[in-house]
Amino acid sequence: MERHVLVVLPHPDDEAFGSAGTIAQFTQKGVPVTYACATLGEMGRNMGKPFFANRETLPAIRKKELEEACKILGIKDLRRLGFRDKTLEFEDVEVVADSIFEIIQELNPSLIITHYPGHGVHPDHDACGLATITAVGRLPENERPTLYCHAITKNRLTALGNPDVVNDVIDVVDIKIAAIKAHRSQTEGMISSWENGTPQEPDIMKWVSQEMFWHYKW
Amino acid sequence: MKPIVKQEVQDVLDKLVNKNLYIHLETTNGAYASFHNEKNLTVGAYIRNSVVRFSRGSIVGNGPYRVGLKMEHGWIYAEGLTDWELDEQNRLLLAGHDAEGRLTVALQLSDQPF
Repeated sequence: MERHVLVVLPHPDDEAFGSAGTIAQFTQKGVPVTYACATLGEMGRNMGKPFFANRETLPAIRKKELEEACKILGIKDLRRLGFRDKTLEFEDVEVVADSIFEIIQELNPSLIITHYPGHGVHPDHDACGLATITAVGRLPENERPTLYCHAITKNRLTALGNPDVVNDVIDVVDIKIAAIKAHRSQTEGMISSWENGTPQEPDIMKWVSQEMFWHYKW
Repeated sequence: MKPIVKQEVQDVLDKLVNKNLYIHLETTNGAYASFHNEKNLTVGAYIRNSVVRFSRGSIVGNGPYRVGLKMEHGWIYAEGLTDWELDEQNRLLLAGHDAEGRLTVALQLSDQPF
């Protein structure tokens, strides 16, 4: 049983795709989950389908979507780190790490979910993962929380080996799909390709119902 | 936003000449462009809240549209614009959307920082 789970990801919706099922399983068991979301995804190109957002209205829309997704997932503690989408990798990694370290010290989480640096595909994913690892690395080895890292590069299996955790989330897949749908501006296009609003194709269903994590290799 | 009506945008551009304005200009094909198709390059650029001043601003084309802003020492250019609005803060927002409704290009001008 985890004491407290901290999720550190850069964009509203990263939590929905990568770890919503795992998060929902934790909150259903009564494990507190805090989500530190580094940006508001201000530079997303998805604007809804048909589009209803524009570059200037998007941040407020995504903030509301994020709050809705958190409600669906049972996340009662949402922190926004206040960085700007697409700029995270240009910030001083120690400065980003400071804001994450502060939360780690406050909450003393037993598990942190983030992106595996170098395996995030999106530069913000890599930068957010690196800052999180940097923050955790400031703790003495025996005090570090467990790290669950997303890796989504095509070479992840050759570079990192098999995932350390393969979590079946079929029991909470409806909650996960609801969380994905909550990020309407970002996911409406994708969902419109699903018949009846749920994934029909086996490979998409497998992608939704299975979450994979790698421990960070120090 | 609504589909561009050329003359309406031209009228707004005409009112913005010879003023110091904040600009947001961007283009993107998405952070996953080369991830989804290795033949694609992921490309994008944006500039936000630089101050610009132009002596002539024109919208051209039959849709999608192009906008060129002539400055003392150079040009600002955007291609592929499809939709526009003057928002509640009187900011000119121009954008291009692909068939999926995704933003591909944006050109925005405001007398206040975005």
